[in-house]
Amino acid sequence: MAVVHKYLRLKKKFPHVWCAGCTNGIILHATIRAIDKLKIPKDDVLMVSGIGCSSRAPVYFDFNTLHTTHGRAIPFATGAKLVKPHLKVIVITGDGDALAIGGNHFIHACVRNIDLTVIVFNNFNYGMTGGQRSPTTPPGKRTTTSPFGSIDPPVNVCSLAMGAGATFVARTTAYHFRPMESIIARAIQHKGFSVVEVRCNCPIIYGRLNRLGDGAKMLLDLKEQSMTVEAWKKLPPEKQKKAEQEKIIIGVLKEDTKTPEYTEQYRALCEQLQAL
Amino acid sequence: MEEDKEWRLLQGNEACAEGALLGGCNFFAGYPITPSSEIAEYLSRELPRRGGVFIQMEDEIASMGAVIGASLAGAKAMTATSGPGFSLKQENLGFASFCEVPCVVVNVMRGGPSTGQPTLTSQADVLQARWGPHGDHPIIALAPSSVEETLFLTIESFNLAEKYREPVILLLDEVIAHMREKTYIPKPEEIHLVERKKPTCPPDDYLPFEMTEDYIPPLAAYGEGYRFHVTGLTHDQRGFPTNRPDEAEQLLTRLKMKMEFHKKDMWKYEGLFLEPVPDILVVTYGSTARVAKRAVRIARDEGISVGLLRVITVWPFPDEVVKQLASEVKGIIVPEQNQGQIICEVERYVRRDIPVVGVHRFDGSMMEPSQIYNTIKEMKQKWQ
Repeated sequence: MAVVHKYLRLKKKFPHVWCAGCTNGIILHATIRAIDKLKIPKDDVLMVSGIGCSSRAPVYFDFNTLHTTHGRAIPFATGAKLVKPHLKVIVITGDGDALAIGGNHFIHACVRNIDLTVIVFNNFNYGMTGGQRSPTTPPGKRTTTSPFGSIDPPVNVCSLAMGAGATFVARTTAYHFRPMESIIARAIQHKGFSVVEVRCNCPIIYGRLNRLGDGAKMLLDLKEQSMTVEAWKKLPPEKQKKAEQEKIIIGVLKEDTKTPEYTEQYRALCEQLQAL
Repeated sequence: MEEDKEWRLLQGNEACAEGALLGGCNFFAGYPITPSSEIAEYLSRELPRRGGVFIQMEDEIASMGAVIGASLAGAKAMTATSGPGFSLKQENLGFASFCEVPCVVVNVMRGGPSTGQPTLTSQADVLQARWGPHGDHPIIALAPSSVEETLFLTIESFNLAEKYREPVILLLDEVIAHMREKTYIPKPEEIHLVERKKPTCPPDDYLPFEMTEDYIPPLAAYGEGYRFHVTGLTHDQRGFPTNRPDEAEQLLTRLKMKMEFHKKDMWKYEGLFLEPVPDILVVTYGSTARVAKRAVRIARDEGISVGLLRVITVWPFPDEVVKQLASEVKGIIVPEQNQGQIICEVERYVRRDIPVVGVHRFDGSMMEPSQIYNTIKEMKQKWQ
């Protein structure tokens, strides 16, 4: 039995809802391998999601799972984490879910530095509803609500997270399966708010509207477009800026282990008050 | 005897917070809003001292979400808000109702719509409490009419939420939330606390949305070995999304039946001068009931046959009680601090050709007894 089988609701919930060529399964697999590597008991994992293609993921996992309302996974996860701090709480969300309708929660969770791991499946469009423009749709790209090419500047998930104070921020792509596995493991282990942006593909809608080729072609493109953060750091400053715009910089972009974590701070406050 | 009893001068919002603590509340998430903020302020002082969780969230929507997450992790959770915040909470409130997540939502009613009159009183969210979230759904709502009753009904709200696995809305009128009254503080041994029904079966057999005989499925907490799924999508008994018409119908039917089957146990109401059945019945609730009682007493002193029914459990509405009284009285008066909301519910249960007259005040001020008294008098005069 493959590692993945131990963690799926195989008898109960398959086949899944995702399209052929969708990369969500790859991210799901990497997440499972990360949890397996860390030897976290299934009972101690709570997986929370919002609404969208990626947010359908928790139902397939044999963990404690919660599929919430659009954009609100982080608040639900925050409530559960504060009550049961020993739970490893993983939020599965998409670009629209996390950054548009749930943007305020995302920012404030970064600020709070609460020990949640947020995995943002960034596929540049709202796939579930039929391929509308999302907050990360690049300029000029066609979606069903930007038929002439998007004129809206896109949100950079990692820059936003770092700016708002998230203490662990990383980027990877659906192509980079092994690095993704170790990045997700590091994010889960990190004590504080961790964000992993996974650049992934929606070949059926976004890919088709922008003539990006089939699933396999789009996956290879992710490889071509990527550059590790280590390689990027070695570039001269003028080339760094250019690379930032043209390349997907992958790897751990920020890791801060000094900022206190929220649930620990809250418990410390309780103990201090109770000792009075 | 009296000496060992504890009485305190409390504000309605403080009584609500104190009632929450006595009712077992160990999680509060909220966002500042007039006229409910004192509840959050009180709990921000008291909960950390008792090892409970207080968190101020980034908005009203997040507060409601955190409450649901906390409850599913096993906490007795509450949030408090007022009109605009209550509107924002509706989607997640619908989630709590559909997924049968026990929690308490306090709505201190202020003048509306929109930003309205934040510091003034109203009862204009009564129908929103019933039908705020989209879709058919069960809901329980209670309306206290004094500070002391606020304390006891907050305890009761937690008990009902736990017992029936549903969100409970406590509808406080602003005037009660900000009024100070002598309030009896019960001792822990005087309080009966209800805990949610938990599964006893092996985890593999657990159905978090089981069609049980009493329509209330047991609820495990996350992290206790029952790895179950909760979704706002229409779900089967295992909690997994379904598009099967039979499963969708079964779920919605069970939720409706849960309320029908248990509504008599949820009903709380107070009758005044109802035996023998009077000619005129006044049906009212919350702070307006106090005004109405005065009007009824004055009218009775003048020999008018009038009685009063104070509805405490607003939802599920005590339909059979009203139906029975409506079959015997000659006319009904419904005073409320809005343009007519519960009167629609009363009219549904009147099967005879008798007048049903509303008395309304919606300018932010309390209704006066004369307004109700005059309506009683006018009704009486029409028959002479």
